[in-house]
Formats: sequence, C-alpha cells, structure tokens
Amino acid sequence: QKPFKKVIDVSSGDPHRVDLQHVSFLRQVLAVCIYPQLLEDKCFPLDVKIRAQKLLEACDGASVGSYTASSGLRHVRQSIAEFITKRDGVPSYAQNIFISAGSQRAIMIAVKLLASGEGNTRTGVLIPGPCPHMLYNVLEEAGVVLVPYQLTEERGWAVDLDNMHQALKAARGYCEPRAIYISNPGNPTGHVQDRKSIEEVIQFAAAERVLLLADEVYQDSVYGKDREFISYKKVLFEMDIELAETVQLISFHSLSSTCIRECGLRAGYMEVVNMDPEVIYYFDNTLCCDISTPVTGQLGLDLMVNPPQSGDPSYHTYMQETFFILATLSHNAQWVQELLNKLPGVRCQPVFGGIYVFPRLHLPCGIKEQAKVGNVPTIFHLSFSISLLSMLMEYQV
Amino acid sequence: MAARGLDLILHRAQVKLCDKLQAKTQSDGVRRPYKEVIDVFQGDLHRAGMKPLTFVRQVLAACVYPPLINSSNLPLDVRQRAQEELGRCVGGSVGSYSAAPGIPEIIHSISEFIKRRDGGIPSHPENIYISPGSQWSISNILNVLVNREASPRTGVLIPVPCHNKTVLSITQLGAVAVPYYLSEEQGWALQVEELQRAHESAKGVCNPVALYVINPGNPAGYVQSQKSVLEVIRFAWEKRLFLLVDELYQDCVYGENCEFVSYKRALSEMGPPFSGTVELASFHSVSKGFSGECGLRAGYVELVNLDPAVMKHIHTLFSKDACSPVLGQIALNLMTDPPKPGDPSYLLYKQEIEQIRTVLVHSVKKVHEVVNSLPGFSCPPIEGGLFAFPRLHLTPKAIQKAKELGLQPDTFYCTRLLEEGGVFTGPGWEYGQKEGTYHIRFCIAVPQDVMEELLRRLSSFHMTFMKDFS
Repeated sequence: QKPFKKVIDVSSGDPHRVDLQHVSFLRQVLAVCIYPQLLEDKCFPLDVKIRAQKLLEACDGASVGSYTASSGLRHVRQSIAEFITKRDGVPSYAQNIFISAGSQRAIMIAVKLLASGEGNTRTGVLIPGPCPHMLYNVLEEAGVVLVPYQLTEERGWAVDLDNMHQALKAARGYCEPRAIYISNPGNPTGHVQDRKSIEEVIQFAAAERVLLLADEVYQDSVYGKDREFISYKKVLFEMDIELAETVQLISFHSLSSTCIRECGLRAGYMEVVNMDPEVIYYFDNTLCCDISTPVTGQLGLDLMVNPPQSGDPSYHTYMQETFFILATLSHNAQWVQELLNKLPGVRCQPVFGGIYVFPRLHLPCGIKEQAKVGNVPTIFHLSFSISLLSMLMEYQV
Repeated sequence: MAARGLDLILHRAQVKLCDKLQAKTQSDGVRRPYKEVIDVFQGDLHRAGMKPLTFVRQVLAACVYPPLINSSNLPLDVRQRAQEELGRCVGGSVGSYSAAPGIPEIIHSISEFIKRRDGGIPSHPENIYISPGSQWSISNILNVLVNREASPRTGVLIPVPCHNKTVLSITQLGAVAVPYYLSEEQGWALQVEELQRAHESAKGVCNPVALYVINPGNPAGYVQSQKSVLEVIRFAWEKRLFLLVDELYQDCVYGENCEFVSYKRALSEMGPPFSGTVELASFHSVSKGFSGECGLRAGYVELVNLDPAVMKHIHTLFSKDACSPVLGQIALNLMTDPPKPGDPSYLLYKQEIEQIRTVLVHSVKKVHEVVNSLPGFSCPPIEGGLFAFPRLHLTPKAIQKAKELGLQPDTFYCTRLLEEGGVFTGPGWEYGQKEGTYHIRFCIAVPQDVMEELLRRLSSFHMTFMKDFS
C-alpha cells in the first residue's frame, strides 16, 4: 500500500508527459502540411494556411514525406538565420546553420569532428558538474575524455573561472582538452549567466584556445527577476574585434526544450561561428551519415523561430499559450524552491531558467546501511522537471 | 571499395548540380529542351510526384492536431484510429518522448503484421526495434557484428550492385566490404557459386562474419525465388554468417510469377538445424513500399536466433539514442496495420494502392521496352523494387572523353543527361558494377505522364550522345 495512486514522472524534460498542452499554431500548421486538403477546412485561421502553403513549397514534391538535404531544408535554415539575426542584432547565415535530429546528435557530431588522438593526446572536453545526464552518453560515443569543472552551488551554481582553470590544468596531464561545454540557462541547475560571466568564459576559451560548445536549448525559459538570456554569440560580437573574429563557437537549440517542447518531433540545430569553411564542409558530410531529421521536425523549427506576429489571426492565442507555459514554470520554480527549502535536509538554489530544479539532499548515515551499497554518498542531488501544473498541489509536506 | 567514401562527395556534387540547374532553368533565360529537371535520383516517391496515402495523412494530421478527431470532415475510422494511436503516446501527444526502442503497442502491432505476413509463424515483440529509418538499424546491428580491434578485420559480404549507405556504414566501422557480384545476364540473380567465390576471396584479407542481402533488390530490380532464398540461408548456415536482410521493397513486386518470400519465413520452414541456429536481422521501413514516407523517418528490425547476451547489448544500443520520431512510428503502424474491408477508408485506401501499383507495373514495362529499343542501352526485366538499373554500352570515344574530364564514364553520361536532358539519375559507379561495365540508376515510381516525358528525354539525349561519340 503506497500513499500514491500514480507515479508522477518528472525525470525527463517532457511536458506532454505531465499534461502541458501543445502550442496550437504549431500543431495546426503541421497538421495542414501533413494533410494539405485541410487548406480547405474553415476551422483553420488564415495565417495557419498561408504558413503551411509556404512550408510545403519548401519541401520537395510539396510533401513532408520527401527526403531533404542532410543539413536540413534551405528555407528552414534561412528562417533560423533570420531569427538569430533578429535576436542578437548580429548577422547570421544559413550556411552556418545545421539542422539535426535533436541537439544531442548535433553535439555529438561537433565533438566527433573534434575527437582525435590516443592515450595522453586524446581529445578532452570540459563539462560542468552538474551537467545533463545525456552528455555522458554523447561524449562517450564521440570517443573523448570528459573533464569535469565544478559549478559553485553556494553562488546559485555560477560558473567559477578558477575551477575551470584548475580542471583544464590538471587535464593537460592526461589528455588534450580542446573544447568546453556549457549550458545556459543551466541544465539541471536553472542558473542563468549574466554578461560578465559569459565574457569571462569567452576570454577563457580564447586564452586556452578551446572550442566553445554553448547549449542554449532553454533560452526561451528565463523567468527569474532581473535575469535575461543573452546569447554567447551576441556577447562575443560585442567584445573586442579580435575575439569576435577568432573565438570558435557552436551554439545549440532544439524543439525539445523551449516553450514549444516537442520532444517527439526530434529536431534541433547548431550555429557554427568563426569556423574554417573546410571544416564546415565536414559538418555537412558527417550529417549525411547520421540520423536524418524528420521533415515534420524541421518544419516545427521554422514555426518555433518564426511564430505568429502581432496582427496575425493566431497571435493572440499563441501569446496566451506561451505566456501560460512561462508563467507556470516561473510559479513552479518559486514554489518548489520555497517548499523544498522548508524540508529538513533539503537545500535548493534559486532557479531562474530552464525546466529543472536540482535540490541538494543531506541524507542521514543510516541510509548507507539501508542501501547496502559501498560508497553511497550522504549528500547528493536530485534533479526533476518543474513543468507541472497543479499536480504538485496534491503533494503533502 | 574503400573509395566508396568518395562517392559521397561526388553524390553531393551531383545533388548540388541538380539544385543549381533547377534554379537556373527557372531564371537564366537560356533555351533548354526542358522546363524543369525530372529528379529521379533517389527512391523518393513524393519528390517524383506520387501522392501520399490519404488514410495515413489523415490519421497523422489528427494525431498532430487532436481537435480534428471531432471533425466530421474526416472519416470515422480515421478519427478512431487517431484516438487509438494517441492513446499509446505518453501524455496522449506526439510531442512526447517515447520509449527509445519504440512505442510498445506499435512494436506489438508490427509483430502481428510479421506473423500474418509469414503465415502464422510467431514474431516476438522483444526481438523488434524501431529506429529513425532502416539505415540506422543496420548501423546499430553492424556495430555489434564488427570488431574494430580484430585482426584480421571483420568482413561483410555485400552484393554488387548495392546502394551505398550500407557500404559506407561498413567501411566507417573499420570493417571490410567483400563484394559478391549479382549476375546481370540472369536478371541480377544471386548465385551461390558467386557467394562461395567471394567468401574464398576473403581468406587472408578479412574474417567474414555477415552476409548482407537486399530482396527485392536495390538498385537491381530482382526478386529472389524461394529456391534462391533457401540456398542463401543454407550457405549462411554452412559458413556461420549472420544474415542481414534488407526487405524494404517487399511490397514492390511486379514480375510475373514473382513473389516476395521473407527470409524469416523461409528459415522457419526449413526446420532444424537451420531454423534454430541461423542468425538473422531483417529490416523494413516506411520510406519505401507504397507509403513512400521517407521524410517521416521510421523503420524497424526484427532479430531472429540471437544469443540473449547479444540481445541485451543490442537493447542498450537501441536505447541510448533518443526515441524515433513519434509521427514516424505511427506511420509505421499505419503501414503494417492498414484499413480493413468494411472500414470507411478501406475502398479509397485500396484504390490508391492499386493506382500506385498500376503506375509501377506500367513504368517497369515501358522502361524495359524503351531502354532495350535504344542502341547501346540494355535492361533486364525489372521484377521488383523502385529502380531501373539499365546498362550503358559506351563507345571507346565516350569513355576516353570521360577520362579526360577526370570522371567515371557513367558519371560523365549522367552529368550530360542532367545538363542537356534535364533528367537527374545516378551513375552505376556509385553502386558498384563489374569492371568495364557502366550503368545508370533511376527511380521508376513516377506518375505516368512524368515517366513518358522522362523516357522521351532519355531516348532523345541517348541517341544524340551515342551519335556524338560514335
């Protein structure tokens, strides 16, 4: 007999799993693209139909069932470039944008291209502690050495340059560190970097000549007061011209992890900055041999980066729905943090962005005996998603 | 075979050329004998102008936008089906992650489909994995078979001709692709003596562990007879080879007296010792057949007679990637469990399938007729699959010209055909062929009027080409 009827699964960042509704505009356009006869259906708003028509024109054979180029539909890459240009005020070009079947695949491809060497010369990638659990699999598959650098929990999981330096220095003894992975907003920490912090990381990457892998997949989910998302690219281009033209950066985004959260559609992209054109050629080729991105996912990306505008028939509903998601996240973040901090042995840093909380648990020593496993730490962290609605209300403290 | 990696670069160059040409024909005002390029380079039904199946698209649309389930504009069975499919998705949404190996109910449905297809021979869901396209399944299985550290290197027997993605996967893993030549004179038949020769040739070079078979063929349009399938199974058993069977075109059989025989069924009916020991992986996908949904990305593999320890490892491999796209998984389910007699959508579904089949049968006949009527061009009857792979009998002058340009002779032909004839085809070199022979590959799943135009352009170009290089 358990005090619950159903397990609430918040282990993955999947909002549909816990009843968070989809964004209507996106689903309507995709439905029409899949079954174009719906263009004649009166229940779809005009902007949905116009957009679907435009997207279908971009697909070969005007069908979501056709193959696309391995780097993605040209039209979508162009839309993404325009979105980034608008977001950052810095030009972005379609040829530097690569669409992939999820950001995980994109990270893997980028790292695989970097991976080389054996033994002491094996490529190393600096990764934050904590980091998303999928990163271990991805980097292992790419065949690189993982070099953890600790984030500072007491300062809300902020990035600590000293820790980074130490990790890098120590790593040079057993591998060749060539890249640094960072997620902003942080996964699973919920930390949002300010401009100064981003500049410091960029300067570190420049000085140590490492590639910056910026996982910005939660860029839409920033709700902390006085917090805002600034992209690594924007900060880079507003720094010294020498840095802006030389620091190599790849930033990642995806359909799985924004207000849209369409994990099952499987699509993401990476923007490659300051990369040698010959290397870019290899991105293209490597993508050829990887999992292809489903066309429906690619179209989803277009809809994510180019949503309804003010004056469009779907605008009002779109704003309501996305506002509701953000408001829910913001509310949950605050509330979960307050609730958890009231529990004995639990400490939760403030969460300003992303979709997870990562509270710390101080467990009594008796747990070790119960677990009957050697080396069970008595302090550990728990990561869970806060994309819930009212279900948490039922939880009795 | 190692040079196959370069094919990718050539292929990309071809695709870029086609795109450039397509754009140019619409804008540069140069007079060409065609308005638009006919793109039959890939086996992509929709690109070539064939229509998707209405039932499939209606169900998928309702799954993507569930309010359509209440729309009276959609047939009742479509709406019910969409509701069922959504009921299997986590959170009732196609936007959720699914279990990495695939939605369990869909896997179960696939196992039922296989059982029905194979006359009641059981198929177990735990032996089936869904992945984003068949190539990914093939790669995963190859990953298990190939020992990168081994010396001598792992070998995989592959047919010639063969589509290049699998060959690339093999070579990327550090294994050796050992070619066995299909017999063009016998309509691309697979001959056991040739398998024997290929296996022998591997001695001292590599250690063959697997035999890759495509049935019906790609690009060669053969369909193996029951006798041929049994011979291959027996050979695999004798040489202790893992059978990798690509059965993507199992629905595309048009030859008279031809019938698709599944390797699993044949293996099972052989009885012991074969049925309990020959290890087999068979692949299928929504990209081919009559669905032609290449863009949705979904396929499956069924594994037979694998050691439980190996199955465990395979399970880990298929579980570590994020799941296949949910819409693709649903499309897979619709393919293996289509409307039945009595369902409101059945008649239309049947009609559309028949229409596609009629077009294919017609195409196959016309291609055979036209190609064989042209000098320097020949083609055995196309029994199945989605491609024609006719042979070019090029003159020494043409071959010489190609060499001067640094191109393979068939690549030279295809490039000229694209530029002057406005038809985008693939050179035989990319798929492998006997030394000194040349071929082109093109997709035959195009609407009737497009096929007529294609053949008209091909004939006209070919006659001019042969004259120029006579």
